[in-house]
Amino acid sequence: MLTLHCPHCGTLAAETELTAGGEAHLKRFGPGSDDDSFEGYLFMRENPKGVHFERWRHSYGCGKWFIAARCTATLEVFGTYPAQSSAPPQHIRDAITARRPGWGWRDLA
Amino acid sequence: MKRYSVLAIAREALRGHLGWDRAWASPAPRAHYDVVIVGAGGHGLATAYYLGKNHGIRNVAIVEKGWLGGGNTGRNTTIIRSNYLQDPSAAIYEKSRSLYETLSQELNYNVMFSPRGVMMLAQTQHEVRGYQRTAHANALQGVATAYIGPQKVKELCPIIHIDGPRYPVLGALWQPRGGTARHDAVAWGYARACSDMGMDIIQQCEVTAVRQSQGRVTGISTTKGDIACDKLGIVVAGHSGELARMAGFRLPVESLALQALVSEPIKPCMDVVVMANTVHGYMSQSDKGEMVIGGGTDGFNNFTQRGSFHHIEETVRALIETFPMLSRLKMLRQWGGIVDMTGDRSPIISPTPLGNCFINCGWGTGGFKAIPGSGWAMADLMARGTPGPLAAAFGLDRFRAGRFIDESVAAGVAH
Amino acid sequence: MSTRLATGGRLIDRARAVDFTFNGKTLRGFAGDTLASALLANDQMMIGRSFKYHRPRGVVASGAEEPNGLVNLGLGPAFEPNARVTTTALFGGLTAESQNHWPSLEFDIGAINSAFARFLPAGFYYKMFIHPRSFWKHIYEPFIRQSAGLGRAPKNRDADSYEHFHAHVDVLVVGGGIAGLQAALSAARTGAEVLLIEQTAHWGGRAAVDDPVIDGTPAAYWIKTTLQTLESMPNVRLRNHMMGAGLYDHGYALAHERLTDHAPATPGPRHRLWRIRAGRIITATGAIERPLSFAGNDVPGVLLASALRDYIVNYGVSAGDRTVVVTNNDDAYRTAIALVQAGLIVPAILDARPQADGPLVRQARDLGIRVEQGRGIAKVQGRRRVTGVAICAQAGEGAVLEEISCDAVAMSGGWSPVVHLWSHCGGKLIWDEEQAMFRPDATRPPLGADGQGFVQVVGAANGHLRTGAVLADAADAADAAVLADAADAAGGEAPVAQDAEETPMAPVWLMPQGASLKLRQKMWLDFQNDVKVSDVQLAAREGYESVEHAKRYTTLGMATDQGKLSNINGLAVLSSALNTPIPQVGTTTFRPPYTPISMGAIGGAARDALFQPLRRTPLQDWHEAHGATFEPVGQWRRPYAYPRAGESTHDAVIREVKNTRQAIGLLDASTLGKLIVKGPDAGRFLDMLYTNVMSSLPVGRCRYGLMCSDNGFLIDDGVVARLSDDTWLCHTTTGGADRIHAHMEDWLQCEWWEWQVYVANVTEQFAQIAVVGPKARALLEKLGGVDVSKAALPFMHWAEGTLAGIPARIFRISFSGELSYEVAVAAGQGRALWDRLVAEGAALGAMPYGTEALHVMRAEKGYIMIGDETDGTVIPQDLGLDWAISKKKADYLGKRAQERSHMADPERWTLVGLETVDGAVIPDGAYAVGDGVNANGQRVTIGRVTSTYYSPTLGRGIAMGLVLRGPQRMGEVIDIPRLDGSIIKARIVDPVVYDKAGERLDG
Repeated sequence: MLTLHCPHCGTLAAETELTAGGEAHLKRFGPGSDDDSFEGYLFMRENPKGVHFERWRHSYGCGKWFIAARCTATLEVFGTYPAQSSAPPQHIRDAITARRPGWGWRDLA
Repeated sequence: MKRYSVLAIAREALRGHLGWDRAWASPAPRAHYDVVIVGAGGHGLATAYYLGKNHGIRNVAIVEKGWLGGGNTGRNTTIIRSNYLQDPSAAIYEKSRSLYETLSQELNYNVMFSPRGVMMLAQTQHEVRGYQRTAHANALQGVATAYIGPQKVKELCPIIHIDGPRYPVLGALWQPRGGTARHDAVAWGYARACSDMGMDIIQQCEVTAVRQSQGRVTGISTTKGDIACDKLGIVVAGHSGELARMAGFRLPVESLALQALVSEPIKPCMDVVVMANTVHGYMSQSDKGEMVIGGGTDGFNNFTQRGSFHHIEETVRALIETFPMLSRLKMLRQWGGIVDMTGDRSPIISPTPLGNCFINCGWGTGGFKAIPGSGWAMADLMARGTPGPLAAAFGLDRFRAGRFIDESVAAGVAH
Repeated sequence: MSTRLATGGRLIDRARAVDFTFNGKTLRGFAGDTLASALLANDQMMIGRSFKYHRPRGVVASGAEEPNGLVNLGLGPAFEPNARVTTTALFGGLTAESQNHWPSLEFDIGAINSAFARFLPAGFYYKMFIHPRSFWKHIYEPFIRQSAGLGRAPKNRDADSYEHFHAHVDVLVVGGGIAGLQAALSAARTGAEVLLIEQTAHWGGRAAVDDPVIDGTPAAYWIKTTLQTLESMPNVRLRNHMMGAGLYDHGYALAHERLTDHAPATPGPRHRLWRIRAGRIITATGAIERPLSFAGNDVPGVLLASALRDYIVNYGVSAGDRTVVVTNNDDAYRTAIALVQAGLIVPAILDARPQADGPLVRQARDLGIRVEQGRGIAKVQGRRRVTGVAICAQAGEGAVLEEISCDAVAMSGGWSPVVHLWSHCGGKLIWDEEQAMFRPDATRPPLGADGQGFVQVVGAANGHLRTGAVLADAADAADAAVLADAADAAGGEAPVAQDAEETPMAPVWLMPQGASLKLRQKMWLDFQNDVKVSDVQLAAREGYESVEHAKRYTTLGMATDQGKLSNINGLAVLSSALNTPIPQVGTTTFRPPYTPISMGAIGGAARDALFQPLRRTPLQDWHEAHGATFEPVGQWRRPYAYPRAGESTHDAVIREVKNTRQAIGLLDASTLGKLIVKGPDAGRFLDMLYTNVMSSLPVGRCRYGLMCSDNGFLIDDGVVARLSDDTWLCHTTTGGADRIHAHMEDWLQCEWWEWQVYVANVTEQFAQIAVVGPKARALLEKLGGVDVSKAALPFMHWAEGTLAGIPARIFRISFSGELSYEVAVAAGQGRALWDRLVAEGAALGAMPYGTEALHVMRAEKGYIMIGDETDGTVIPQDLGLDWAISKKKADYLGKRAQERSHMADPERWTLVGLETVDGAVIPDGAYAVGDGVNANGQRVTIGRVTSTYYSPTLGRGIAMGLVLRGPQRMGEVIDIPRLDGSIIKARIVDPVVYDKAGERLDG
């Protein structure tokens, strides 16, 4: 039973208020993209056992989407930030590094 | 190896059961095998078994990071059915179900396949049409199912409340030869048979790297040393993504926690398996008398084998609505497993971008029923290098082509 | 004989006798009794049968760990199977029956299994019942099922109610013994909000029984004053009858409160499930005594030493006149002393340790009790009741030195901390060699959201078995548990208790240590599931070496007590069989709940009418009052049809269709989704969402649109109206409103967040009524106020005005092919409009129609229905909807996906009409077949039926379907098998079978 801080309304939200939205920071590929990129965008997933970035919606709260940095092996939460971000902010990366030195996710570290 | 039988039991009883063989050996790994299977769950063991039995490939090791059968094989709700809609699904699940029919005799290990019948309740007009469609599809696929009315439902399962105020039972898809089996016994039976064929089951052996040269697999590194192999099969539900990463490719897979629970045991009151998808719950009664109940998955990636309790609440609430008597039973135990969900919720039995490396994963919430068929198809793929008819549709390439096998036909809701 | 003593019993009220029945016999106990103590007081030692061998079973424990004492409790709607007698409070009129026997408890046919026990070792069923194959289902399995199962299945609907509570606290303390009380006190003194819960009716735990001295006063006094202090603190809540059931991630705890089990006449819910979020959780759950493994340790009359003491001290009940005590530790001497002090006889204390000489031992000797050291029990005599024990040397193989007659045995194999809650959420254990126990490893706690431990274990649960250490541990932990900045305001000094010296316990896993196979086959580990020492040894021998394998193979610890008594003993036997140290063998996983909790409580109040929210349209009352039959659509219930007296539903549908086509039909369309999309970028946004162009739609006009996922599949459809320059109203399907709203928000917030668009779901703000049929215009004109003429309001236009005095928006759209107006008014005025339409329409022949008539009419017109023609695998191109797919747009959701090879494949199944040659109605869900079979032996299919109805308009069956290259095969006849194998011949035709020219649209 997770609790996540909604960075929009500031509430510590229980999982029952939230909807999970899968892997974050996916780059959308549209018409004109090659098969590889399009398949990667729609289907290929990091699915790490460890540090992960994922989308959540505060559905039964403020309705806003945000991104959580979380460990899928321990459920530790490193931080949350608005979904209107194309990459994790530095303070989130620092928070992860403090807890999981040497972490990596896609091309991030 | 000593055969199991009533006579063998009687003989052993007279000498205090001191003469039984080990069900399987626990050898140290050798330096090289023709085939290494990673994952000694039901699917991995069945793959090894059919490699030996159907293809004569017996120089095989099955490596397992924990204890055999300790993943989803040992923590599911044991339902076996093949009443699937899409042709490729129906084919592999029906192959599997038919193998279950004779598995105890074949393995000389009682897996307690109990063809007690599986019914899927239709509780909306949409479901009525959906299950009638499945019944038609099954008739053409050679899967014996029928669409039955509410009175027949009540007859087959008297504890169902068919006149619920919100979701009355309008009918059901009924598969009389569906049922359950004893999950641990399936893993143990295959393990015993593999060991008997001379295969090595290596437990407590975690893979740390997949070794390759010039685009082909050459072996694995493990906590028990390096093991070379000509062909590698990855059959590690829940951890497929981790293994794929070691092998250098990505998968269209997410790992989620799926939960289940059992009640305390009571005297037999339910002879069939019931699945109620509208309210979302399914239940059967084990031979011990426990009501075995399947719950939902969390929506987020989770490797803890623990789920969130509100899913249990929702499941129990739904089942009380359908089976009011359940309210006065008690939950004995709840647990979780890690399931691989693919992009179309159907499994993957496929070659991979790495040569001679094959993968079997993505069985989602329904892998137990598929164990024999999946092993059969995977063994065929690994032996011949190309997928046979059972596996053909389940390749990794389908996502790129958009050729999905989507069983969730209720995705669009009516009106 | 077990009986009630003349004096004693701190928890019972001898002035209040309570009558109850057991197996039809009326018995008498006292208020304050548990069912277990009351049964023992009535010499009902045997109260059940074991699972496998149907061995006689008596109570062995006094609390939640009891494996044997399970009964069918109560009658009718209050019936409950597998009620544990040790945790069932006695009340007047209680009715209990023993379980798992036939025909009676005393004479049980199933006990024949016991005679054949040697043929039924662990896992015997894996090795037999294999041949012949058909016997499993019809003979073997029914036999196994019938003999298993324990309690009866409830038959009635549950008459009780249940509810959920939420609590948010700084500190949750689980367990109301002295450790829990002290921890709560220390935590509360720092100002933290504390919730302290206790599973029984009483506070103080074991200390209340043994009454050690705390702070110079008897423990009973300390408990009372501490409780008073806690009760007086505004930041503390205390709850008894409430068990900590489970611990989950991020500080979530589940507790099960039994409100009326002990007083069934009390109004209100029976159980309450508490969902607690706690900053810190302190578990003070105590420890459970372990049995010893000696032959015959399962015979009724063999009890845990502490349990025997509980029955004496708490309830004034003795299990027997002559009790032999057998132990490997000093604590069991307390039982011997209590027995003698109660005037009962202890013929001997058999201490397996070679030497023991603490104050307790001396006290026992001083009381004249014979103490034998280095001795154990070779065998218990008696079958349904202990009659004596044979003594042997613990060091030997079981040669009998002496037989002692007795009618009870008190055994103690040491104590196991209750670490369940700690383990539920990932806390790890370490093996304490000295005390032979697993206890929590404080360095590897369950981790919370911040990655730090959020659980602390105190007292006996943490491995501290002595009073002084328990209290100090509790005070320390509570200090550490509260927030760092509050630590100064610490919880005060820990109370002081003087503990006498004790000789260390010595682990004893087999008694005697060299017991023969014959004895090992009579040593029970799991009393309920009938797992013996020999079974675990067999499992190890056969290669079931992992603790999980051994557990599952033997069923050790899988009974309703989940191995509270058996796990450690079984593990030790396995460890010895494998010659591997216990910590390396490891433990099985503890899973919630700690003890079973009612399904009713898990479900909570949401049952029957409250099961799920029911969404009601403003016209729902009218539908219900006018005989509608309903179908659930999402959480709505839509009228399916309105059968009249004597009319079948089918006939009603036919009438409704005909009436709508000939006069006027009224449909409650309020459930259709209505999303307002507004903003400078709204048009651009909708162009991405719909396959066609919406930005070009003129104000005042409507356009039909299709929405796809980015994976290309059709997910929804509906009519879009442009309300103003920057505002569009998007209609969705009934089931789609929330889903599509979420879909829009997802794309707006996560992909195109710089676009200026707002979306509002106004579905429930409006009632929407479809007025359909050739006389629809006449009816609206009768109501007056808006010009609805063909010229003023052409097809696919909308107008705003005041209709019958009600502000309304009128859309000229049609899902039936008839002249049709959909009138939207504020929800609160929907009923008024409907009433006017019904009243004014009567003369014109207006009647309501339901969803089935709607379906039939749209199918006659070849209109698709999301969920019928689509199933998540269909793309718009499959449905011949290319006209609604923009070729000009560079991008829309799904466009790239639809370019993939399989989706662009000309061999896809495509929408056509199907006309049966003989006019029959094709069954729902039927497939069209081709020649032969595929590689898997399945019949080749070339299409499927997506919608099929009897058309009252045409007087024959009509259908739509997706057929391989369908549109190129017009006129071809294909085969569609019914389920019975008979073939329906159907001709491929245009999907529109009614008014192809669209002449009726304008009335």
